[in-house]
Amino acid sequence: MISKRKAGATQNLIMFVLFIAPALILFSVFVVAPVFQGAFYSLFNWKGAGPLNRENFAGIENFTRLFADKYFKTALWNNMKVIIFSLIFQLPAAFIFALLIGRGKTRGSVLFRSLYFFPYILTEIIAGVIWKFIYNPQFGLMTQLASFFADTKREIALLADPSTAFNAIFVVLFWKYIGFHMILYIAGLQNVPTELEDAAVIDGANRLQVIRNVIIPSMKGVISISIFLSVTGAFNVFDVVWAMGQGGPVHSTETLVTYLYNFGYKRFAFGYGSAVAIVIFLLCLAFNFLYQKYIVGEEN
Amino acid sequence: MKKVFRLMLSSLLLFAMVTALSANGQQEPADSGPVVIEWWALSGGGGAQDPASEFKKQAVADYEASHPGVKINLTILENEAFKQKIQVAVQAGDPPDIFHSWGGGVMVEYARQGMLRDVTDFVNSTLSKKIGLGALGVYGYEGTYYGSPYDMGGVVFWYNKDIFDEVGVAVPKTWAELIETSKKIKAAGYVPIAMGAGDRWPAHFWWVYLAMRIGGIDAFNAAYGGNGSFKDETFVKAGELLLDLAAINPFQTGFLGASYDDQARLMGDGKAAMELMGQWAPSVETNNSASGEGVTNLGMFTFPAVKGGKGDLKDVMGGGNGYIFGKNAPDEALDFLNFYLSVDRQKELVDIEGAIPVVKGADAALSGNTAELAKAVGQAGYYQLYYDQFLPPAVGEVVKDAVAALLAGGATPEEAAAMIDDSWQMEK
Repeated sequence: MISKRKAGATQNLIMFVLFIAPALILFSVFVVAPVFQGAFYSLFNWKGAGPLNRENFAGIENFTRLFADKYFKTALWNNMKVIIFSLIFQLPAAFIFALLIGRGKTRGSVLFRSLYFFPYILTEIIAGVIWKFIYNPQFGLMTQLASFFADTKREIALLADPSTAFNAIFVVLFWKYIGFHMILYIAGLQNVPTELEDAAVIDGANRLQVIRNVIIPSMKGVISISIFLSVTGAFNVFDVVWAMGQGGPVHSTETLVTYLYNFGYKRFAFGYGSAVAIVIFLLCLAFNFLYQKYIVGEEN
Repeated sequence: MKKVFRLMLSSLLLFAMVTALSANGQQEPADSGPVVIEWWALSGGGGAQDPASEFKKQAVADYEASHPGVKINLTILENEAFKQKIQVAVQAGDPPDIFHSWGGGVMVEYARQGMLRDVTDFVNSTLSKKIGLGALGVYGYEGTYYGSPYDMGGVVFWYNKDIFDEVGVAVPKTWAELIETSKKIKAAGYVPIAMGAGDRWPAHFWWVYLAMRIGGIDAFNAAYGGNGSFKDETFVKAGELLLDLAAINPFQTGFLGASYDDQARLMGDGKAAMELMGQWAPSVETNNSASGEGVTNLGMFTFPAVKGGKGDLKDVMGGGNGYIFGKNAPDEALDFLNFYLSVDRQKELVDIEGAIPVVKGADAALSGNTAELAKAVGQAGYYQLYYDQFLPPAVGEVVKDAVAALLAGGATPEEAAAMIDDSWQMEK
């Protein structure tokens, strides 16, 4: 008996190694190795070609320059803004939409679901280009509307003003991703047993109390996933911002990734760019770790 | 055991497949197949029926017909898209065989990275017989040539004569007159100056030209050569004068976020009176106009004088369009470029791209504005390649950033000059 079990265990171990090996190899080659490579590059004043040697070794200079750069601070702050605005406006709005049209009782809920989900299907670049037209100060929809209500031609240039440009872009992000979170919540909502709600109603709970004490607690898993995706997505915002102004005007709509592109790639400053990438990586890693440990871990 | 064996076999197969795939990527092309040339060129902004693209396709078809062993893959890209895509290709160590270039610092950076083919012999033996050395020089560095121009022009003011007549203003001869003229045009309800500062390079033209008129060649040489700096009075004053103009809001609403295409559209649709742009401006205006006709009555004038400026009024800032060769370019690529740069094709390019041809004998096709522009370029004692192409890429980016910040009110003239100088001191 014992030897048989032991043989089984060995066989399991072999299986384990065999099954995990392909994924592990691919993960190491395409994820782990580049991270270390990037960390190594970030210590050099390197232009993307030529040797890495003592002459262009820069130590942590790239990082000190980075944290002293005002445009990097703008970029970091913009990412934080996306996170904060998403958590305050976008996710609650998505949740409300999900409550309103999530269960198919309302007339036309399927239509609304498709409508709200539609922007998510669009490619980011297409969405950015469409909104660039909407915001165009000479013939865009914003200008047309403003001129209609003001009765004279009023040119609205939200994307051209450093103080409004990023908020204008956030509107697009809001519009683009709300459908995705709404669908997540709808899926979660369908798993909340109606009996629980009925029981609460019988106990005299009003609609708000049902939502707060029955629906939200039962959807905790979905909500935490949605927050997680929203925050990690916010760290990597690029396409929409790029399509709408490449981080401009005057770097006011820069995010971490557009900053990486503008200041690393475009300037042939690959050592510096790697330093930016490492900072983004560490931020994501730290968030991931804390979130797994304190939010997701708590539930299990 | 059988299962384990099967598993091992399948993972072995997977491994073999992955290595085979990666090995495949490094395989040399077989000798028997046709020589393939990758050619990346710019579009003329005309959409699906872009004449500039059709023209190049025709040249490829002609060459392939007479050279059966050669296949040319032509990729047409929009300006900004090209700049991004070419960097990815070069950094990946896989530049196309022939690709667009404005020469100068960016090209030199590619050459330093070993990404370009040295074509000095080809230039000396073949191209120098039909193209002047001044133009070829933009595509060379310290005696080594990497390609050839097909167009060499200058940045000048393009203006809508009908608007000027309607408002009753003449061509401004000085910077102060330009500001006065702009005021009058603005009062008449037109946008005096179309500006695509969102793309940044159209705005940097203004600052560079002002510096050229204020300090002349000496100021630039001092800063570039190390005897002075970009913080010198010339460059600070350039910013101050630019702000004098900006103070009357001569640009369209939202110019800070506008692209060059937006700028060309305003001109092409007759809503703006002037723009400061290179030789290609008329054709891009036409392609971006709603009517497809562009400005019917278009004129040009050179950059006005600045009071007390040391620069010669004949000095021109400009640049060329040309092609350089990737490190793996076959000899056929050189032969094709020579074929492409025929006198007839150069003449056609005048209409198609608004080019100022570089091949001797093709300038017969010039007339009106382009002839005048070519004359101005020919007379220039000091010809300055655009800073964003002439200076190293990192500095070029900072120049564009600094001018955009200046116009947005985010930097004073001193700060803008200091930004540029800091970056220059770091890179030079």
